[in-house]
Parts: sequence; C-alpha cells; structure tokens
Amino acid sequence: MTFSPGLEARFADLLTHYPEGRHRGALIPMLMYAQDEVGAVTPDLMAELAARLGISVLQVDEVVGYYSMLHKKPQGKYHVQICTNVACMLLGGAELYEQACTRLGVGHKQTQASGRFSLEEVECIGACSWAPAIQVNYDFHHDVTPAKLDEILEGLQ
Amino acid sequence: MVKLTINEIAVEAPPGMLLIDAAKLAGIEIPAFCYYEGMALQAACRMCLVEIEKAPKLMAACVVPVAEGMVVRTEAPAVVKARKTTLEFLLTNHPLDCPVCDKGGECELQDMVFKYGVGESRYTEEKVHVPEKQWSPVVFYDGPRCILCYRCVRVCGEGMGVGALGVVNRGINSEIAPSHGDHLECDECGACIDICPVGALTSGAYRYKTRPWEMEHTGTICTHCSNGCKTTLGVRTNEIVRGNNRDRSGINGEFLCVKGRYAFDFNHHTERLQTPLMRVNGKLEEVSWSRALQAVVEKFKAGGKAGVIGSTRISNEEAYLLQKFARTTLHTNNIDHHRSGDVVTLLDSLSGKSATLGTADDCYNAKAVLIIGADLSQQQPFLANQIRANYRHHNAAVYVATTGVVREDKIAKSSVRNTETDWLTGLHSMREKLATEPELLVLFGDAVKGEGVRNLVAFTESLGIPVKYICLVDYANSRGAMDMGLLPDLGPGYHAAEGTPGLTLPEMMAATDMDLLWVVGANPLKRHKFASEKAFVVVHDMFLTETAQRADVVLPAASAYEKNGTVTNVCGQVQRLKKAVETVGSKTDLTIIGLIARAMGVNLGKVDADAVFAEIQKTVRGYNVPLPVIVTGGAAQTMPVNGRVPSTVLPELIQSSRDTLFTTGSLTKYSKILNDVMEAPGGLYR
Amino acid sequence: MKLYNAPSPLETKVVSKRFGMENSWKLDTYLATGGFEGFKKAMAMSCDEVINEVKSSSLRGRGGAGFPTGMKWGFVPRNTDAPKYVVVNADESEPGTCKDRLLMEHDPYLLIEGILIAAKAVGASKGWIYIRGEYRYLVDHIDAVLKEAYQRGYMGKNIAGTGFDFDLYTQIGAGAYECGEESALLESLEGKRGVPRIRPPFPAVSGAFQAPTVLNNVETFCAVPDILRNGGKWFADLGTPKNGGTRMVCLAGHVNKPGVYEVPLGMNMMYFINEIGGGMRGGKKMKALIPGGSSCPLLRADECDIAMDYDSMAKAGTMLGSGGMMVMDEDTDMVKVALRIMRFYKHESCGWCIPCREGTTWLQKMLARIVDGNGATRDIDLIGDLAKNMLGRTFCPLGDAAAMPTISIVEKFRPEFEAYVAKNPFASSELVQVA
Ligand SMILES: Cc1cc2nc3c(=O)[nH]c(=O)nc-3n(C[C@H](O)[C@H](O)[C@H](O)COP(=O)(O)O)c2cc1C
Ligand code: SF4
Ligand code: FES
Repeated sequence: MTFSPGLEARFADLLTHYPEGRHRGALIPMLMYAQDEVGAVTPDLMAELAARLGISVLQVDEVVGYYSMLHKKPQGKYHVQICTNVACMLLGGAELYEQACTRLGVGHKQTQASGRFSLEEVECIGACSWAPAIQVNYDFHHDVTPAKLDEILEGLQ
Repeated sequence: MVKLTINEIAVEAPPGMLLIDAAKLAGIEIPAFCYYEGMALQAACRMCLVEIEKAPKLMAACVVPVAEGMVVRTEAPAVVKARKTTLEFLLTNHPLDCPVCDKGGECELQDMVFKYGVGESRYTEEKVHVPEKQWSPVVFYDGPRCILCYRCVRVCGEGMGVGALGVVNRGINSEIAPSHGDHLECDECGACIDICPVGALTSGAYRYKTRPWEMEHTGTICTHCSNGCKTTLGVRTNEIVRGNNRDRSGINGEFLCVKGRYAFDFNHHTERLQTPLMRVNGKLEEVSWSRALQAVVEKFKAGGKAGVIGSTRISNEEAYLLQKFARTTLHTNNIDHHRSGDVVTLLDSLSGKSATLGTADDCYNAKAVLIIGADLSQQQPFLANQIRANYRHHNAAVYVATTGVVREDKIAKSSVRNTETDWLTGLHSMREKLATEPELLVLFGDAVKGEGVRNLVAFTESLGIPVKYICLVDYANSRGAMDMGLLPDLGPGYHAAEGTPGLTLPEMMAATDMDLLWVVGANPLKRHKFASEKAFVVVHDMFLTETAQRADVVLPAASAYEKNGTVTNVCGQVQRLKKAVETVGSKTDLTIIGLIARAMGVNLGKVDADAVFAEIQKTVRGYNVPLPVIVTGGAAQTMPVNGRVPSTVLPELIQSSRDTLFTTGSLTKYSKILNDVMEAPGGLYR
Repeated sequence: MKLYNAPSPLETKVVSKRFGMENSWKLDTYLATGGFEGFKKAMAMSCDEVINEVKSSSLRGRGGAGFPTGMKWGFVPRNTDAPKYVVVNADESEPGTCKDRLLMEHDPYLLIEGILIAAKAVGASKGWIYIRGEYRYLVDHIDAVLKEAYQRGYMGKNIAGTGFDFDLYTQIGAGAYECGEESALLESLEGKRGVPRIRPPFPAVSGAFQAPTVLNNVETFCAVPDILRNGGKWFADLGTPKNGGTRMVCLAGHVNKPGVYEVPLGMNMMYFINEIGGGMRGGKKMKALIPGGSSCPLLRADECDIAMDYDSMAKAGTMLGSGGMMVMDEDTDMVKVALRIMRFYKHESCGWCIPCREGTTWLQKMLARIVDGNGATRDIDLIGDLAKNMLGRTFCPLGDAAAMPTISIVEKFRPEFEAYVAKNPFASSELVQVA
C-alpha cells in the first residue's frame, strides 16, 4: 500500500517517538492519520500497518474495533456528529439530532447514498459550556441552534 | 512465610503468593473464572472478590498478594452478595441453553450458579443474539455463551505461542475473534476449547455427540508423536468421542496438540481391518484367523532367510516379545525398525560422562535450553510447550540452531540459521553466551547423528557447565523400540546381540534373497522398495498400507487405544497404555505373537502385558522402574544406560519422517480431522 | 485565538491569565509574561525541593480523582538509571468538561513548562501529551507549538540553556472515554486496546512502556509553573486549607452565562452560579446540578449552598470531579438525564469486567424501557439495586462512575420515575431482593 509523501513522513517521524523496540505505540496515531487519507480503515490498511509494526492483523483488528473514531467503512464527505450528551441534551442537542436525521435522510452511523453526508449521534465532544455543539469532520460548531444547523448543512451542500 | 488469617483460619503462605492460592492451601475455595494458574492475571470476572480488613472495598483475591497480618473473609455477607450479583450480571446475556450445550454437566458457569448463584433472575430485557460461527474444522464459537474470561486468548497467545485469538469490539459488543477475520490459522490444538469454562468454544469433533456423563473415561498415552502425552479418552458405546486431559494427570498436565486431542478418529475409520487377509490366487481375500495363522506358522517353520521389522508405535511388551521370538525361534538377528534419532550413539557418547538424559520436566525447569535442528513446535509439541512455559515462568534462556525459522525464535536469546550439516559452526558462534549459562538442556533432531553426536557432546562438555540431552525421535514408542532391542546388532537394553549382527531395515528391503519378511505395525514400503520377490510377507496392521498390500498374510492389529502395555517417550519415560475400547475383529500384536508361538509349540512364557513387563523390568537395562508409578498412571524415568554401547550406527539409517503438527506418518491418511485441518483455509500453518 | 465565552471579573486567573491575550500561544508572548521563570527556578533546585514546593501548594489533581500532586510525584522511584516519562492526560472526555481544551489552545507553553518542571522533579527524559482524537485541531496546534519550541531551544537538548534535555510529543487518541483513565491511557499509548491495567503497580512505578511515569491532567501541569514562580504557599493561600489554588469550572446547562471560569477553591457554589454564571435562564428555578462531570452524584438545588472544594463536596456526598458543572432547571426530566448518562457509560464501558459491561447494559435497557412507558415499580428499585451492585466491584472506576449518578438520581428524584411508571397500566410487582 502506498501513502502520500506527507503521510509517509509523518509515519517516519512517529516511529521516533517511542522507546527502543516499542514502536507499536505508533499504531493508533497511524490508524487515525491514515484513515483520513484512505477514507476508512480498510483490510489493506490494517495489513499494511500490521506489517510495518511487526504485529498481527488480529492485533490491529482488536484495536480498530475498540475505538469509536476508527471505522472500517467510508463515511460521507461530511461526517456530521451531533452531541446529545447531558450538557447538549439540556439545551436541545437531541432535537438537533432529530433535525439532522430528517434533513439528511439518514440515521445514526449512516451515510447518504451520494456519499456526501454521514451522520452520527456522538458522546460528549468537550464543548459543554458552549452547548449544543456539533462537529463536522474535525470542525467544531458551538452554540448551535436549529437555524444555525440548517445554515451549516446548507453551506456544505 | 507470611502469616495471615482467612475465615478465622491461620494460614502461612510464601511471600508473593496470591490470596486466591493461599486460600486454596487452607482448603478454602475462592470462586474464579478469569484466574488461571500459570497465565497472565486479568482480574476481569470479579468472582473472586473478598473482604480484607481495612481495605475500603472488596478486593480481587486473584491479584492481591498475601501480606503479613492480613485478615480475609471469603464468606462475609458482602462477599456472598457480590458473587451472587456478579453471576446475575453474567447471566443477563447468557442464552441459558444448557440442555443443548456440549458443556452441560461440566460447565464452570453452571457449577458456579449452582453453588453461589440466586435461583431467580431479575433480568427481563431482551438478550443480544449473535449466531454461532465456525472458525475451523475444529473450533466453533458461540458468542452469547462467552463470559469473556479471556482464558482462550491467553492459552493461545501465552501458552501455545500462537496468538490466534483476540478480543474485538468494545463493551457489551466485545467478543473473541480468530486470527484471520472469519477463520483461524493456528495449531488447531483445541486448547482454547478445553480451557473455556463454558460452552462458548466447542469442538467440531465432539459437538452434539454425547452428554459428558454418558461417557466412560480412560487415561492412556497418545499414540502419535514421541512426547508421550496422557490423553483421557471419552468413550461412548465403544466409540472414542473425545480426548482431553482435564484432570492434568500425566507428564503433560492439560496440554495436548491436535493429534492427542482429536486424531483418535483413525481408530474408527471405515477402512480399519477387521478380518485377516490372505493372498489367494494373487489377490488378498478375507479368511478366518485360524487359516491365516496356520499359513503363517507353516512359513515360519519352513525356515530360510527371515527378516523382522518392528514398529515405533507398538508397546514395549510387543516389541520385546517380537525380538525375543525372532531371535530365539526364527534364529535371526535381522531385526530393525524405522529409526528417527541417534539415541544409540548418544548413549554411547555419554558413557563415563557426568552429562545425562533430560526429561520433560527439565524442559520446564532448565535455566537454558538449546534446540538443534528441529522444528520443535511442529514435531515435538509438548516439549515445545514446556520450553515456552519455562521461558514465561522462569525466563529461561533459549538458544536455537535450525535450518529455517521456528516459533522458538520469538523467545530465543539467540538464534542461528544453518544447513543440515554445518550446525556446529552455529553452535560455536553462540559458544560464549552458552558458557555463561548455569546449566544447559540440549534437544537435537536427526541432523545430529553418528560422529555429529560425539562432536556435540564434546562441544557441550567443553562449556564446563552441567548438560542434559534429549535425542528427538518421532513416534509414541520410537524410544521403546530401541530400548527393547528391535535392532540388528543390539538386544534389549543395548547389549550386543548374540551372534553376528543382522541386516538393517534398508538391507532387508534390498536383499533379493529374503524368504520371509514379518512386518509388525510398520510400513517400510512407503519409503523403500522390497527387492525379494520370492519372500513370503506377513504384516500386522490396522490398515491396508502400502506394505500390507504386498503381504501374503495381513493380520488385523489392535490400535494403541485398544491395548494394555507400556510405551517409552522421547525422554525415556515409561508410561502405561490403558485399553479404552474393545477391538472389533482385530487382535493386539502381543496376542498375535502369542498365538503364533503357541501354534509353533514355542514357550514364550505367559503372554500378557503385565507378565512381559515383569520380564522387561528384570532383563532390560534401565527398566527396573517402580511398578506402582506405572500402574497408577504415572511416568517412570528409565535409568540411563551406563557404559559403552557396542554399536556402529550408520548415520544414513537415521531419518526423521518430518511429520508436521498435522501429520502422523502412515496414520495421517486415516484421520479425518487431520485431513480436514490441512485442507481448511490457511492450509498448513507454520 | 478567540474566546468561547466572556471572562468574568469575579474570576481569579492563574492558569487562564493569558486567555485572550494577543498571540497568547506564542513563545514570545509567553516569555514576555513571566514564562519559564518557574522552570528556571526549578532547575536551580533539587528534585526534592521541587516536589516539596508542589506539596506545599496543596495542589490536587484536576483530572477527577483529586489526588495530591506533589505526593504522586514523590512516588516515582529515585536512584534508578532506567528511563522515566511524563504523560499528560488531555483526553478530556468526562461529560461536562471542556477546560483542558482552552488551556492547550490559549496557553500551550504553560502546559509545556509544567511538564518540564515535573520532568525535572523526577528525572524524566521523554513525555507525551495524549489528546483525545476529537481534538484534532489541538494536536495540530500543539505540534506547531512544539516545533517552535524545538527551534527556539525550549525543547530537546539543553532546554533554555539549562543543560536539561527532554523530548515531548503529542499522541492522538481515537475515541474512547475509558482512555482518560490513566492506566487505560497508557495501554492506548502503547498501541493497544484501552483496557485498564491491574494496579498496583501505579504509573509512578510502572507507567508508560513499563517505566516510572508522572501522569497528570492538563490543568494540573498548568498550575505548576506559577507554583514554582510564586511559591507553593502563595498558591495554597488562593484556596482553602488542603484545597490549594484555583480551578477551572466548566459551567453548562440552564444558566445565563455558561462558560469556563477560573475560581479559587472554596468559592460558594450558588454564588458561582448566580454571580459568575448569571443565574438561571429565563427566570426558571434550579432543580439539580451535576457538580463535576457526569460521574459525580447529583445535587438537588437545595444542597448546592456549599463551598466548591474537595472536602466540602465529599461531605455533601459528591465530588469536584473534573470541573464539569451542569445545571438543570425545574423543567428537566431527570429520568431522561439518568438514561442519557447510562447510555454514555454503556457506550464507553471497555467491556473488560463483568459488572461494568453487563451492568451498564442492563441499566440502560431498563431506563430506556421506563422512558418508553413500559416500566414497573420494581424497576425503580432494581435500578438502584443494580447500580449499588456495580459500585466498588468493577475493575476500574468507570463502573463507579456509572453507578454513582444513577444511585443519586433514583434516590433524589424517585417521584419522577414513579410518574413514568404510573402511566404504564401493567406496572406493578415488587422487587426480588438478592440477599
Ligand atoms: C473512566 C475514567 C475517565 C477519566 N477521564 C479522564 C480525563 O478525560 N482526563 C483526565 O485528566 N483524567 C481522567 N480520569 C482520571 C485519571 O484516571 C487520572 O486520575 C488523572 O488523569 C490523574 O491526573 P491528576 O492527578 O492530575 O488529576 C479518568 C478516570 C476514569 C476512571
Ligand atoms: S470463549 Fe470461553 S474461554 Fe474464551 S473468553 Fe469466552 S468464555 Fe472465556
Ligand atoms: S478470578 Fe479474580 S477477577 Fe476473575
């Protein structure tokens, strides 16, 4: 499997971060960064990282299934994550989630057929004092209102 | 010693001992699922919670070491309640399908609920259902039954050194997963199934065959490789349906490989011979025992140039009697068997030296181990397991000198690659490190033979440290065949045979003037051509092997699981074969030899296993072992043969058959399970 | 860098003092405002002196458990040549908490300086900042800051000319609340599933890559430079005895001015809500609050007139936790709050041990059933009972974190559960007790 020069450089740097012989520490960062480039944690990617780190594919699989931000299927171009945990829920997070379901026509962890949007109801994303909050890909949106949600989604059409 | 109190009982335990084990010393059971002696601690199941005075909460006895003055209560109300509720939690998603579960009756969860659980469940929510999966011909996984104790993951990773099982997903969706997505590529040893406390992992060989309490159990010795594992055969209506060693009797504890656990199935193969065959008008025809024996006796009486080829799987008693009969009645020293390791030269080289032979225990206890020219995990699975455990528990130094990559490399302090012949060079490169070890156990395969053995002994001798050796051989009684004197130049106990040495196996096969060839439980035609066209060939076998097809009389023989007697493993440990099933039509080789002798009017003494063994004890060097040890199912170490062994071994006679984990010589063909695992995805795993 | 909420004049700014400054995250700004003075002082001190200074500040961990920081550093073994490490817990996943994020965004050098002082105190040579995956922008931000620090000689070899060497890296998480638990975090750092470790040994003895490790929350490290600069006593005096200094409180929920504020320990909670938080929204009455992240037992409004410090909170049967305060008004459906909390813990349970894995799942299902109108009276008792059966019996504190708020909600707001149940015509039957 080939990666972009940028990603290769990042991997090379990562491997220098850990004590001698403990470079398996790079696995989770590698998965996160590679997932962004590849679009998903594909079987090829798992095999590639396993080979690079000298561990079994099963050991990679054990890790991938554990972390909620690692996904084996590609998500939409815009992955809309709506927090409905307590702080957001108190200020309308659950309603925003319903609104997004209706508007995008998909539910939790589903992707539009066009591949444009995918939706996920997420746990606390660390924006409680500016709730309700959502994240589209890695971008935060704070103090989201129904109108603001429409606006955000509109802007990404 | 640390002094503590458990349930008001004063207990003394060695420092560092875990509370759960200390309680056991005092006869107090602390229930546990995830704790498993000898394996990594998990503290996951929370069944072992106990009350410790001054601790703010209940503590897991499986991870807390004993401490001076500790006051522990294992039956305090809080502890009892915690156990009940943990079991209640555990049962929420469990399917409770005990009536159709293979494990029913010997399930640790059932036992736990029976002992510690509540009668009524308060769980009324829906259970998560996941369909059962088949991971290999051997292994099935039923997720909902799994209690996530991680025993299987540990026995595979830590125990077997394979690491084919893992935990995937998170939280309530966590489950055990196989190495290759939807299937396993592994040793197929079934240890995971064996160790699973519930019916989550079940065996393709056994599932739905019987309820545990309907079986009768017989502990005998596995007939496949030379390691001599005890296997407890579960028999139902004269059919072996299961092999395991849960009672941990025998040298192998609960260890078994795929062959010991599942490859008993050859015993019930449809091609098993049940009637004697005799060549009539050029074709083998079924005949009665008396007719077949009569034909054999006639030929035996006629004399001429006779040859006898014995087996590496028949019992010591059978081998002993066979050579005795051949030497005294057929008056020939033309006796041999397929030799797979140069035990003879090793014994001779050790004469007068302090170095001795190693045992299976040494594999677990030696401070340093050197493996030469053998893929141990493939060919000597139990010894390999002992060495892995030694590394895990005692941090043993492991040295490897092999032609290819082996599993032991992963735990090796030093590994060298060499060709079949230059292994000494490799050893020299490790010399300095080896010399710093306090002691050394050397295991060598058929790459080291003849002069090689002497060179090896000279090399290790020069290290100046105590050394023990194990000369690796192939089959269940390869060692016994030599000890009993199935050799052309050596009689029982490695004494020079009377008269001139006889022909070796290849010589017998190549001689064009043989008049009689008697093959007992061997298949020499698999590797050799038989040159003498005129020879009358008598074969004892379970199957119509290549050799049997050439025979003039084929006598259907009993399997190891159908007879009593003893066998001697690779380390020279004598153990008892115990009849698990009755023969159908066939007879043991001992019986057959006895019948032939009687018909010939020869007195061999009393022909039963015990009587012959008594004679072996008296006459075979090293075999004066304590009978009670053997009778009670123990392993008796034979004494080393002290003194020169008058033999000139031709190295080319020694040739391992290079079995893998999934092959077992001529028997391979007749084990469905071994063929299934070889054909399964992944093929032969290395 | 923008501010997410307006500061309040009633704050006492120690760790947040550079918030809102122009280029607050730049080394020059940092150096111009007293940066690295604490580190330089520490370099002139012995390890014990540094640790004693921190001990005298009575600084307690800001990650949730509130363990005295100086004492923790003191557990790291001396007289060993083996490598030692510093790990920063920037996983910030406790619902209600959003402060570490601001500290890293606005004043990353403060964190870096705190790390260096800790490294000096225990003789560590390497460190990682473990940042939750959702904060990707912060990983990039800190990476850029570290690049500047290396270039300017404030990281790497001979830091700031003091002769001290240290390497610091970011490590990105991948979405797992449990990886905020220190030992699970260390497993994750090693490239494994975020399953906690058996303790002891604690990280101070065997932590990252099995080496002795100082592991603290972001805010804890951020407090350290000023403790060294101004002395432990100065910091301690900002708070109440045994509860030194200030801390960041993340105010959320039905208040007029939610936001992250830095206040001295021991401030009255109602004063904080009313004066700094601007009181309740829309003139509603307050019903309850979660004082320090969703793992804390809830307080009824009438229980909130207390000092915000570790000891007073403990007396009130709850905790300061991670500083995530969520205020709920009179219209809040407490049953739904209980369900939402349990859904979180069920989702985040690592699955390692039975009581947590099965307990959170069972409770979540039962609470969902009650909210769906299919609950029975016995369910209410059962919820409390099951939560108590998890408490103190799980492998790590996540099980407790799930149980504690649940027990408190059922106890304090039982009538709300009863109201749900009353709507179910089939509800009845009493609870079977497990003796
Ligand atoms: C389930 C769980 C989640 C936690 N999450 C965090 C977290 O996100 N951030 C954090 O700093 N501490 C978290 N902690 C606390 C850490 O285990 C640890 O006590 C803390 O990082 C120590 O730093 P401190 O002494 O500076 O507080 C969590 C603990 C538990 C049990
Ligand atoms: S399959 Fe069996 S041994 Fe493995 S974790 Fe599940 S219950 Fe334990
Ligand atoms: S045996 Fe102690 S937790 Fe499982």
